[in-house]
Amino acid sequence: MSLTYDDVIAKYEPVLGLEVHVELNTKSKMFCGCSTIFGAEPNTQTCPVCLALPGALPTVNEKAIESTIKIGLALNCSIAPFSRFARKNYFYPDMPKNFQISQYDEPICVNGYVDVEIETDEGPKVFRIEVERVHMEEDTGKSLHVGGATGRIHGAEYSLLDYNRAGIPLVEIVTKIVPGTGKYAPEVARAYVAELRDILRSLGVSDVKMEQGSLRCDANVSLRLIGVDTLGTRSETKNVNSLRSVERAIRGEMIRHAELLNKGERVVQETRHFQEDTGLTRSGRSKEQAEDYRYFPEPDLVPVAPDAAWIEELRAALPERPSIHRKRLQEQWSVPDKEMSAMINADVLDVVEATVALGADPAKARGWWLGEISRIANEKDVAINDLAIAASDVAEIVALVNAGELTDKLARQVVEGVIAGEGKPAAVIAARGIKVVNDDSALMAAIERACAGQPETAQKVRDGHLPAAGALIGAIMKDTKGQADAAKVRSLLLAHLGQSEG
Amino acid sequence: MIRNSASEMAAKLASGEITSVALTQAHLDQISAVDTDVHAFLHVDTQGALAQAAAIDAKRKSGEKLSPLAGVPLALKDVMTQKGIPTTCGSKILEGWRPPYDSTVVANLKKNDIVILGKTNMDEFAMGSSTENSAYGPTHNPWDLTRIPGGSGGGSAASLAAFEAPLAIGTDTGGSIRQPAAVTGTVGVKPTYGGVSRYGLVAFSSSLDQAGPCARTVLDAALLHEAIAGHDPKDSTSINAPVPAVVAAAKSGNVKGMKIGVVKELNGDGYQKGVRNRFEESLELLAAAGAEIVEVSAPNFEYALAAYYLIAPSECSSNLARFDAMRYGLRVGDIDGASAESVMNLTREVGFGREVKRRIILGTYALSSGYYDAYYGSAQKVRTLITQDFNKAFEIADVLVSPTCPTTAFKIGEKANDPLAMYLNDIATIPVNMAGIGGMSLPSGVAEEDGLPVGFQIMSPVMKDDRMYSVGAALEAALLSKWGAPLLSTIPALAGSK
Repeated sequence: MSLTYDDVIAKYEPVLGLEVHVELNTKSKMFCGCSTIFGAEPNTQTCPVCLALPGALPTVNEKAIESTIKIGLALNCSIAPFSRFARKNYFYPDMPKNFQISQYDEPICVNGYVDVEIETDEGPKVFRIEVERVHMEEDTGKSLHVGGATGRIHGAEYSLLDYNRAGIPLVEIVTKIVPGTGKYAPEVARAYVAELRDILRSLGVSDVKMEQGSLRCDANVSLRLIGVDTLGTRSETKNVNSLRSVERAIRGEMIRHAELLNKGERVVQETRHFQEDTGLTRSGRSKEQAEDYRYFPEPDLVPVAPDAAWIEELRAALPERPSIHRKRLQEQWSVPDKEMSAMINADVLDVVEATVALGADPAKARGWWLGEISRIANEKDVAINDLAIAASDVAEIVALVNAGELTDKLARQVVEGVIAGEGKPAAVIAARGIKVVNDDSALMAAIERACAGQPETAQKVRDGHLPAAGALIGAIMKDTKGQADAAKVRSLLLAHLGQSEG
Repeated sequence: MIRNSASEMAAKLASGEITSVALTQAHLDQISAVDTDVHAFLHVDTQGALAQAAAIDAKRKSGEKLSPLAGVPLALKDVMTQKGIPTTCGSKILEGWRPPYDSTVVANLKKNDIVILGKTNMDEFAMGSSTENSAYGPTHNPWDLTRIPGGSGGGSAASLAAFEAPLAIGTDTGGSIRQPAAVTGTVGVKPTYGGVSRYGLVAFSSSLDQAGPCARTVLDAALLHEAIAGHDPKDSTSINAPVPAVVAAAKSGNVKGMKIGVVKELNGDGYQKGVRNRFEESLELLAAAGAEIVEVSAPNFEYALAAYYLIAPSECSSNLARFDAMRYGLRVGDIDGASAESVMNLTREVGFGREVKRRIILGTYALSSGYYDAYYGSAQKVRTLITQDFNKAFEIADVLVSPTCPTTAFKIGEKANDPLAMYLNDIATIPVNMAGIGGMSLPSGVAEEDGLPVGFQIMSPVMKDDRMYSVGAALEAALLSKWGAPLLSTIPALAGSK
């Protein structure tokens, strides 16, 4: 008797609440000078402060404050003239102090919003997501539970702790409750997280790599009967780490809640964990009894009181909003919607823009990034931005093709060489001996060799049977190792055999 | 040699009359002779101290310009980290831990070539007023070994009175420098909050803790104060301003025209007769030295103790959460696949003493949701009111004064089972911490009824620490000319003492 999504939305209205955690890309941690580089040997990026050795004290990373204020401004928040850090007290072995320095009742940014546009049955529609607060906190260390079936702490034989991540600056962006999205709730949530990701990237404050956890979303979902005002009981699906999963998790939770409610059962207030393989969530920790974190102002840190003039400076320097920027690019490049979406989905918009900025034709630039380069990325199963090819390389290749110094086919070889790490385009061309054969005498020699090799075919062409020329052209191209321009070969060959294009 | 003041020792070192090695050895000998009885030290770093002294002697010999206290030995309260040297905070839970880093105070001491003899005993995590709460046994008051040396910094104060060290470092959260100074006849100063870095001071109550100098004279305290104070970027509550000119103030000792405010609420009922008498005499001496004595009122001080016992335990309940057996110190019950949680629980059960547990429980309760406003929130309001009382009083007077504590040293064990009676010891010292201002205790004589030392407290506004040194030096000079010799020259000799 499993419900369909349509059954759910016919009866219930979903209410969302989204909490997004963003790891800032500062060089050092939130409260000490340790490096934040991802993937170092366990516990090598630690010091007395982030290991919480007795006597050590935190000091605030000013760059992190700057980044947070930028985020707040980009999300249309007010920046508090005075905000404070607070201690959130709870015991967990991967949290060295057994309290997390966070912000509680005095966050640095409040009352913002993000507008997201999605395609609805009635055409494009804008949904406004209200942002309650943006605050700073520190990440915890990582536990690795060894033994036991699930990698969870229960049943594990022992656990290993890595404190490299402890103290990495985190920003938490919390929405107000989001009602009124109806059946579009999963898509609105996805669009919101995507928009946040784009904004954060445009600000340059985070790597926003969901798969590495530098941007993760906790999705709160509750249902209420359509027309009812009181909120239903919510579940909180933690650490959803891709846009697609955000959408799937919310859809899945809506169906799960509706099934419970239809049976007259109640939804348990708890955290849930999203399972990528099934698209379902499993039960986590109960939140029926509010956990008492015994928050109080962090006495080791003085309040944050950013200078108003500095805030205005940061505001003035904000980049164009990604959604507006995209619209402007689309107009400038005259790109159809479908192509634009393709670029966005393939995550190549920025690099295409950079390529165009270096002089490449928008259509050509788009063609390379969406075509050959995307294909190689897929083949190698890596993110396109992790390939060893830059906008400048593609711009150079496009210019060489325009100048007639490369054919499309040769250009593909150059792209391949650059990606294979053979160097910049010029180096690849030199090393591979790639060049367009423009020298007529060399070409003529090849033509003569081809005709001598296939005299009967040559005679057919002389007799006016032009399709036979294909075989000869193939032989010539082979002879010149593909470096000749096929169109030129054809015209020279036909002339040589006393013919011309009809 | 060991009965000199630190500045006298410094002068002899500078003139080449003595070497730092000889001076350090003399103190180590005294520690060997008397510390079995006094138990001021938890750890004596004989080798390290002598090596440091030898290096300083070599520098001096090479003609290098040295700081004023270079070569003079010092005792360090065991709450300060010193790289490679055991730091226990008087607790079992840190037994065996050797910090991999120097506290800023220790870095400053080393920079000033002050020889660190070892670590002194204290109430566990600085919670107490008698040093009886040390997990390693109590320290005894050199004036009478059956009595307490005050606390939490009883070890530091006792080491001065027993001539085991001429200088010591203390920390003061509610009186832990000043009350031990008072009951041992020594000088102790709690600088303005933020005047001395807290980096490497193992936190009890972060918003109240402050390290400061302990010595036998006001000038010695001032010299040590200047050596350890100053802005530290590693402590964001450290004040970024020049250190008040405390040495100059201690040298001049001029109180002419100064207004000295007697805090009405910190005297009278509950204060021992001899304590009150010595206080009155001191006021007369200061008046004779040219100061004007005025009375001020601080009506909210009566709530200070109650508010303190909400704020300090609240902060400590959080500060001490890090002692979880995961990364350092004691680990109990780590057998047969015991869970991290059970190891942590057992370790904390075994590793913390009764007073520490009492305060963790009090603080956890006070911070609980639903109680926060009534307890922690109200206490913070009281704190603001106390600060306002001080501000008003400082509009009338340049410094404020009171007896440092209501009584002289009590017997070991006398109040051990009566926490409230113990807490009352700090009734006159706590307001200073609540407001973050400076406070000093210096000896004002002995009480006639028991022959034990009495302390005189001077309080100065934020970053006006020099004022208390002026007044302290003036009173010290007047008392010295009255007595003819320092108070400590009358202390009964300890067995084996030189």
